Amino acid sequence: MKILACISVVPDTTTKITFTENNTQFNTAGVQYILNPYDELAVTRGLEIAEANGGTLTIVHVGKADAEPVIRKALSMGANEAIRIDAEAMDAQHVAEEISKIAEGYDLILTGRESIDYNGGAVCGLLGAILGLPSVNVVTRIDYAGGKFTFDRDIDGGRETVTVAGPCVASAQKELCEPRIPNMRGIMAARTKPLQVLPSQTAGGYSHYDTFELPAAKSGVKLIDPSEAGKLIDILRNEAKVI
Amino acid sequence: MSVLVFAEISDGKFKKASYEAVSYGRQVADLIGSKVVALAMGQGADAGELGNYGAHTVKSISVGEAFTADAYAAAVNAIANEVSATVVIISNTYTGKSLAPRVAQLMNASLATNVVSLPDTSNGFSVKRGVFSGKAFAYVNLSRNSKVLAITPNSFEIKTFGETAAIENSSVSVGSSSINIDAVNKVTGKIPLTEAEVVISGGRGLKGPENWHLIEDLATALGAATACSKPVSDMDWRPHSEHVGQTGITIKPNLYIAVGISGAIQHLAGVSSSKVIVAINKDPEAPFFKAADYGIVGDAFEIMPQLIAAAKS
Repeated sequence: MKILACISVVPDTTTKITFTENNTQFNTAGVQYILNPYDELAVTRGLEIAEANGGTLTIVHVGKADAEPVIRKALSMGANEAIRIDAEAMDAQHVAEEISKIAEGYDLILTGRESIDYNGGAVCGLLGAILGLPSVNVVTRIDYAGGKFTFDRDIDGGRETVTVAGPCVASAQKELCEPRIPNMRGIMAARTKPLQVLPSQTAGGYSHYDTFELPAAKSGVKLIDPSEAGKLIDILRNEAKVI
Repeated sequence: MSVLVFAEISDGKFKKASYEAVSYGRQVADLIGSKVVALAMGQGADAGELGNYGAHTVKSISVGEAFTADAYAAAVNAIANEVSATVVIISNTYTGKSLAPRVAQLMNASLATNVVSLPDTSNGFSVKRGVFSGKAFAYVNLSRNSKVLAITPNSFEIKTFGETAAIENSSVSVGSSSINIDAVNKVTGKIPLTEAEVVISGGRGLKGPENWHLIEDLATALGAATACSKPVSDMDWRPHSEHVGQTGITIKPNLYIAVGISGAIQHLAGVSSSKVIVAINKDPEAPFFKAADYGIVGDAFEIMPQLIAAAKS
């Protein structure tokens, strides 16, 4: 069993987002970077399945050298090896193309549901299409038995259970598992695990981010006396006209 | 040349998101001087009604409701070829999120998900999309000749055009998938969170799952969906599927009422695009009051019964 987990490195969830250079660049000053929370689930469940089936888990990341501390974190969780494709990620399509070049021969390829920075949510489906593999989005369960993967996945207004016999791509959703916290032994071991740096093999060119903007600020809250809370309903009906 | 819109059918009806997508597609077509072909995949829905929302032609593929990303994407791509589509519009529902990337790859098209604006074609083909989990927006220019746009539900007004569409049965069929669907569990009689126009959400201030009737009763009275904060789903008071915020679901209803939620930056990220926000919290310093349009400072256990009574009247 060979499993590949694709990871993103993203600003910590508490980051206040700002932009520089006339709103054309994300302001990285003072930003702490973390392993994308959904990818953390993908890595954890991938490891559990690899360990239960005598397999291995490889980490892949598309990005520059400053991502290596986060890649080492994924290794300290228990992954066997890591690959960093040395390219500045341009968009989900570029990332998927880069990963597809090294993704042959895996039984299961895992991603997070989406990265919490660019929120594309597309790498799972893109990889599936490029590699000609089925893709199963937003999974809350992955089990492996008798050569088949069983997934629970979120659908609009509910959940479904699907099985796939053979290699496939899936994206991790909350509830899949509790993220594994690296222990001291894992952290020590991660220092010497192989982290291979490979050159970029594609040019991207699907899209270009021109500018960014922040949501419009609210003009100020209108407070309603708690003893007359029922008035709120009247205001929402007749003033805001939203109910 | 045409704009192809994927019109999703659920339980024998077009979804509201499908009307949004068709009416959005018509506006794109008018902008680039093209025609709209709506693709109705499923059963039971009246394909003709899509004309009213702007479709010039409706291609109908009669299939069961077993959605699999690989088989559906191949069918959508075949239709896109058949009608020479340069733009494909898909609503960014769970189904759309599974479908859009595969379609983009098969068409060798540029992909944008979370789209919240019509394209700006004055300099290339630029759309606004949500990034940083609701904390910001980006303008992204799509370079390829073909484009796939996955538009955020509840972001676009449904426009009606009062027209009728030509209906064509398509020779394209949905092939077999390597994904086998074993079981589907849909929660019936409940409004899906991402499609809801009104959402009532509870946080730790409600003190325990046994008090959730306060949220549910107000939701029932207003025809709303229910949601919760991250601590609430982490403590298993409510299912994870109700968690809105940066690492949960991002929503943009017309009205979001937050009860007993302080308004941490991660939570606000998931809801700040809501049209009107109401915060109910006993702490006047709760950050949510800075992000809200209306607020009540007070005890949720005293306020909620008043709201429920007023909503029922």
